Amino acid sequence: MTSPLRREDVAHVAKLARLSLSDAELDQFTLQLGQILEHANDMSSLDLEGVIPTAHPFGLINVVRDDVVRPSLDRDEVLAMAPDAEDGRFAVPRIMGEAP
Amino acid sequence: MKTAHQIAIDVQSGAGSAESELERTLGVIAARNEELNVFLHVDEDGARSAAASIDARVAKGENVGPLAGVPIAIKDNMCQRGIPTTCSSRILEGWRPPYSATVIDRLLAAGAVPVGKTNLDEFAMGSSTETSAFGATRNPLDPTRVPGGSSGGSAAAVAADMTSIAVGSDTGGSIRQPAALCGLVGMKPSYGLVSRYGLIAFASSLDQIGPFAKNVMDAAILLEAIAGHDPMDSTSLPEPPPSLVAHVNDGVAGKRIALVRELVDGADPDVVASVERAVEALKDAGATIVELSIPEFRLGLSAYYLIAPAEASSNLARYDGVRYGLRVDADDVAAMNEATRTAGFGAEVKRRIMLGTYALSAGYYDAYYGQALKVRTQMIEAFKRAYLDVDLLIGATTPSVAFEFGSKTSDPMAMYLSDVFTIPTNLAGDAAVSVPFGSGEADLPVGVQLLGPGRSEAQLFAAARVLEIAEGRS
Repeated sequence: MTSPLRREDVAHVAKLARLSLSDAELDQFTLQLGQILEHANDMSSLDLEGVIPTAHPFGLINVVRDDVVRPSLDRDEVLAMAPDAEDGRFAVPRIMGEAP
Repeated sequence: MKTAHQIAIDVQSGAGSAESELERTLGVIAARNEELNVFLHVDEDGARSAAASIDARVAKGENVGPLAGVPIAIKDNMCQRGIPTTCSSRILEGWRPPYSATVIDRLLAAGAVPVGKTNLDEFAMGSSTETSAFGATRNPLDPTRVPGGSSGGSAAAVAADMTSIAVGSDTGGSIRQPAALCGLVGMKPSYGLVSRYGLIAFASSLDQIGPFAKNVMDAAILLEAIAGHDPMDSTSLPEPPPSLVAHVNDGVAGKRIALVRELVDGADPDVVASVERAVEALKDAGATIVELSIPEFRLGLSAYYLIAPAEASSNLARYDGVRYGLRVDADDVAAMNEATRTAGFGAEVKRRIMLGTYALSAGYYDAYYGQALKVRTQMIEAFKRAYLDVDLLIGATTPSVAFEFGSKTSDPMAMYLSDVFTIPTNLAGDAAVSVPFGSGEADLPVGVQLLGPGRSEAQLFAAARVLEIAEGRS
């Protein structure tokens, strides 16, 4: 947890997050994210073995409703807000092709 | 400036009208919005038609509701059907939601008149509104300073007397901190008390909608109107809305309240002095005050700045240029996703997406996100231990009064530290209120924070009301 964040780590994370960063941004983010992670190191010294992690304040419990048909959003209205639509569907550029 | 309570009484009785209240509001917005940058969108037509309909219903003898004819400002991360909703981000610029948040529906059902959408830090990530893609909001009390954030626009709308009340959302302090910096009452209710349906998600296990007002009574009326179970939000508390207004004047006699060392340590001397005076006021009103140290609070900031970005990195994956908002064209889908997100998100949003993605990535998950979740457990247990002995906790809302533009923008950690006193409540899912009490540097208001366990809103408002009376505010 104490290992400093490297520039290539930031570049890798940017790729995972579908963000493209300039060289200057990479430098800046490496520095800033490193500082934030360094601050988080105050947690690393804690012995939390056996502590149950909390992902949600009240514990997530599945909530189900009766299977009753209800009106949903109007398709045309939703598609009107999309960047591109065709034949009642969202339209996107090609998906198949050379690997990026 | 009339309170929301008074406006509703006047509109319902016929002594005033929703239309005249709305015109007053629109007049102040026209006069000051250019200078202060509070509203990103003002829905004049929709508000005028809502106000006319309320006046018509009053004329027919109908009981319109507890917020009859009250103009209200809405933070622009809540969807309102057909009204531009941006989250202060280029990535949603021009988007008009096809549905309304439950909060909007409840406000309309209570007779309120939503007048427009207020500025915020982009995707509610910030503490000053300086990360908004549409420019920062100025603090009406001192336009050279920030109004706080992320709900800075909603706070400024009330502080500038544009509206008497506003709704915001609080993920790590985003209602209480701007309330403190703008001299308002602001509450972060218990997690699940107000439906999040239609609130654009930042960190879903922490986000909660709540009220801004000039006084405790208005905040209680507003929260009571929007609270309560909603089948559209699976994390919504199951019970009917609590009775808050009826308990505003319950006082604090016999209550045990703890001054928490970690909620004043590091605060400016003026801020600490205000908290100490607030403690005396509560004592005078019959509360027993004890002092307490809760060392777990010191770890809140670290845990929060891993948990919230982790959830955000997942929530914001939906902005991919396919279904709504911005699209930057490219040859294939992956390149389009990347070009869209790169152009659409600002620096702070990118920083948090990156941080969250890193904290969740293979090899670092246990060390960062996993450890933060365990600290969250310890935080919740620390609160529970404290509430075995006392009813409420007290401390500062923020370490300082409103700060100047640009003073923290180059150093993310310095900005994050302005949330150090507010974060523990979000991690626990509890409730807390900020109430103006005294003043600090440059005669700017100080916010005192009262914290309580889940479902303690009525007690918190009653204690805040004691402080309001002690300050000589009606």
